[in-house]
Amino acid sequence: MSYILNNPGLVWQLTQEHMVMTAVTLAIAVVLALPVALLIHHVRWLTVPVMGTLSILYTVPSLALIILLVPFFGLNARSVIVAMVLYTQVILVRHISVGLDSIQPAILEAARGMGMNLWQRWWQVQVPLMLPIFLAGLRLSAVVAIAIATIGAKFGAGGLGTLLFDGIAQAGRYDKIWAGSLAVGSLALLVNTALLALEWAARRS
Amino acid sequence: MSKIEFERVSLRFPHSLHPAVDSCSFSVESGQFVVILGPSGCGKTTLLKMVNRLVDPTQGQIRLEGKDIHQFPVTALRQRIGYVIQQSGLFPHMTVAQNIAVVPRLLGWRKERIRARVDELLELVNLSPHEYRHRYPAQLSGGQQQRVGLARALAGDPGLLLMDEPFGAIDAITRSKLQEEILRLHRQLKKTILFVSHDVEEALRLADRILVMHKGQVVQFDTPFRLLTQPANPFVRELLGADDMVRQLSVLRVETAMAKIPHNHKIQEGAVVKPQESLRRALSVLLRTGAAALTVWEDGRAIGILTLDHIRDLAVLEATPAYEGSA
Repeated sequence: MSYILNNPGLVWQLTQEHMVMTAVTLAIAVVLALPVALLIHHVRWLTVPVMGTLSILYTVPSLALIILLVPFFGLNARSVIVAMVLYTQVILVRHISVGLDSIQPAILEAARGMGMNLWQRWWQVQVPLMLPIFLAGLRLSAVVAIAIATIGAKFGAGGLGTLLFDGIAQAGRYDKIWAGSLAVGSLALLVNTALLALEWAARRS
Repeated sequence: MSKIEFERVSLRFPHSLHPAVDSCSFSVESGQFVVILGPSGCGKTTLLKMVNRLVDPTQGQIRLEGKDIHQFPVTALRQRIGYVIQQSGLFPHMTVAQNIAVVPRLLGWRKERIRARVDELLELVNLSPHEYRHRYPAQLSGGQQQRVGLARALAGDPGLLLMDEPFGAIDAITRSKLQEEILRLHRQLKKTILFVSHDVEEALRLADRILVMHKGQVVQFDTPFRLLTQPANPFVRELLGADDMVRQLSVLRVETAMAKIPHNHKIQEGAVVKPQESLRRALSVLLRTGAAALTVWEDGRAIGILTLDHIRDLAVLEATPAYEGSA
């Protein structure tokens, strides 16, 4: 705790790096997951192979996955972000497709029968109705991404993991380890709470 | 306000032996209330959905006001046809007002015009705008949801309403009330209505004409009265229960059977019917009051009498069917 108070500038900078990594990951992950979820929503038989592949990917240890990606994306944040995107796919694709499935067919038929086009049905009916489930998936993904981003420090990606790895490398610097853990934990808790609040707001309306 | 014509319309799904809809031809005059009646799986819902192109036929042509429906852009076609479905299909994330406003918004109406229209429609379906405007569908009973569904379908002032078993999932008392209201709305607004049902009593009560379907084909398209008295084949006879004389009486009006008032007629209290009422109801009044003759009463004066004999004579006359099925 005292380390954070003594080095607010550094901790804040690392937190920012951590958040940027997480945000970039989530943005890319959602853009990728949407078409995949729509695909398996419409082509049912693809659900099992796609979800199977994504689940297997999820079981690969993050350290191993990032090492595999370094030759392609370099020893920097990019490899880490690609790994995080891959991990969050299984969560996001699953949640989006469950969200789409949860909409009663009668509601979509009414929308079609009233003369809404594809675009209007998507934005005015499907998106608002699946929003709570989607936000739950986004929240889980955010927490997973924040956790994995910690390892990023090992690969030159920066972030709060830097404190942890420094603490281990410089024997006896428990203060750094504590500071890093505390900061990552608080960040995860904060983001989780914020997204949970959004989710409840979406559920109520 | 909209005439619809089906010309040899068929729908055949690939890998299916029998067509779902088989060469259907008929035309519905503007302002008519037509009930499409048949057992489940006969193709009645499919036939209905062809009108707003939720299903496209594989053969034949459907015309709306003389124009092939494929000549309209599909969304424009649907926006000018009201559509009501069984579970109301209201959007759960929108308020009652927002639900009703969907089509006007798609049509690009101004805000004030939409707001006025929403209130007008809520009044029309007997829901107080003040009380219901801001509610969500989950806060409404099944009957109220169906009223909102109806208001929503009417919002863009369409000439034609498609109703797919709208009252199917609603309790008997509420259903009867809603049937009464849809009849009132039909008289008031003079829309053409296509109404799918598998309930014979409902069809007899609502329809100007009933289109009976069986295995994808139109078996008979006629007035309720003629369907009962002259069923085209044993299927229609059985479906409508045409042998049920009491049911026949329900589509005959008192004025068709009544006689002139004899000199010595005395009006018995309670034993009075109106000329537009059904003979079924007259029979019920006869039995309940035990009167020898009912007085037919209109505009504050007696215009005729009705006895059991009159009803029986008419029933025997009408029950001579053109088709003689095997008993």
